[in-house]
Amino acid sequence: MRSRATFALGLVAALTLGGCGEPDFTEAEKAMIASLSLSALPPLPPDPTNRYADLPAAAAFGATLFFEQRLSRDGNVSCATCHLIDRQFQDDRPLAVGVATTNRRTMPLAGVARSPWFFWDGRKDSLWSQALGPLEDAREHAGNRTAYAHFIGKEFAGRYERIFGPLPDLSGLPKNAGPLGTEAEKAAWNGMSGEQRASIDRVFANLGKAIAAFERSIVHEPTRFDRFADSVAAGREPKGEAAFSDEEIQGLKLFIGKANCVTCHNGPRLTDDHFHNSGVPAVKELPEDRGRETAVAQVAADPFNCLGAFRDGGEEACGELRFMVKSGDTPKRAYKTPSLRGAATRPPYMHSGQIATLEDVVEHYNTAPPSPWGTSEMHPLGLSERERSALIAFLKTLAE
Amino acid sequence: MASTWRYVIAALVIAVIAAGGMMAMHGSSAPPADPDLSRSKATKKGVFLASVEPEAGSFRQGELHSWVLTVKKPDGTPVEDASIVVDGGMPDHNHGLPTSPQATAHLGEGRYRVEGVKFNMGGWWVLRFAISSPAGADEAVFNLTL
Repeated sequence: MRSRATFALGLVAALTLGGCGEPDFTEAEKAMIASLSLSALPPLPPDPTNRYADLPAAAAFGATLFFEQRLSRDGNVSCATCHLIDRQFQDDRPLAVGVATTNRRTMPLAGVARSPWFFWDGRKDSLWSQALGPLEDAREHAGNRTAYAHFIGKEFAGRYERIFGPLPDLSGLPKNAGPLGTEAEKAAWNGMSGEQRASIDRVFANLGKAIAAFERSIVHEPTRFDRFADSVAAGREPKGEAAFSDEEIQGLKLFIGKANCVTCHNGPRLTDDHFHNSGVPAVKELPEDRGRETAVAQVAADPFNCLGAFRDGGEEACGELRFMVKSGDTPKRAYKTPSLRGAATRPPYMHSGQIATLEDVVEHYNTAPPSPWGTSEMHPLGLSERERSALIAFLKTLAE
Repeated sequence: MASTWRYVIAALVIAVIAAGGMMAMHGSSAPPADPDLSRSKATKKGVFLASVEPEAGSFRQGELHSWVLTVKKPDGTPVEDASIVVDGGMPDHNHGLPTSPQATAHLGEGRYRVEGVKFNMGGWWVLRFAISSPAGADEAVFNLTL
């Protein structure tokens, strides 16, 4: 009788207390947890489109440029103005502010070199091409191509030429000219010969390649989740700095189970590097924003895209661009899945900072409202308050 | 003693309900019951026999890769002159494929290279091939679970 009672109690414990004490995961759950650990991250692949990508001198020059405020119209904006080095390379604001306020939230940079697409909408297809966008955006650095070339010639000619070879002859070129600037800058750009424009574009592309070489060194640091995951994968009991509370374990189980977070937030960076319509509300003060739908035309027409004249290496590196989805419902108001590493400590959330807290993000996915444009991929989750808290407790382990 | 047993039975009932709930939750994100995962089959109207395989034998989630589609007539004769349009997606998530794969080369013997395939999420995927040739037009639909 006594042994039967003990067996029954043991059965009860196994069925109800699976998340307590020593974690109790199925083999499939263990494999999924291991796949999310930084330990599962393969080495950073080379970028054949940027032959300077792994050149230390280029990375060092790129670091200088990243923090260089004179690479802007008003002399006050550098990449680091919004990508703050001590804040996960983001700025904690709902909308980034350069020379003026933009329409989008600054993205953090850890692991950025692994992404096939850049910006929230993927309107750039290489890290070096991405770095060029803000330099010319009227709300960010607001500079122009000949001004940048003159600046490099004046301040950094030696460093530039040791990496990229001789600068073109800049004498006689307009001080301010570029295809995306003011009307006067556009007119000055159009007044230049095709050869002159191409030589300036080459300098401009090389600045992007140097900045990209630097950004390749910005990586994710291991978190408490990684220590936990590695213990689970190795069949060890997670102890000390690797330990999870019962609530965190419940949150992890929800993340890879009922809450379906892992369908998009997958792999060691917790992103599928792709674009989804998750029904994020529009910001009524901002112009209409159709996300990926607009970006596909922009990246296809971009002279600095992978199929353009400034790519190093062969066209075989351009598969993402060649085979991108250009039409249909999928790109409508779709935005890139952000990594969840460090997300708990960098509110606000979403592509225009629409959601202020992690609690409200989880509630957004719990209710899955319809999208203002296109169709949301989300379905209501039916999470209880306790489950929502557990999910948040788990997300915090990715930021400590 | 009797009260202890009442406690145990009540706890067991709760546990069984909880376990049932867990199973229901997992069921909600699973692919359709008993999906047809075969990689070789007759096309919808029986015009062709179609088979697919990753060109490298396997693939990794999230990486761009190629497949080879082999098209034959029901008698086994290779179809050498087919034009192929690729489509697909995740029916559970209201979205298509993350890329726009294309048949870029005929490798001979009815084998066609399909480039630009990527599966960025785990779950149930569908790959559809619209095949047309002088022998007729038909569609082959393959299920995959990741």
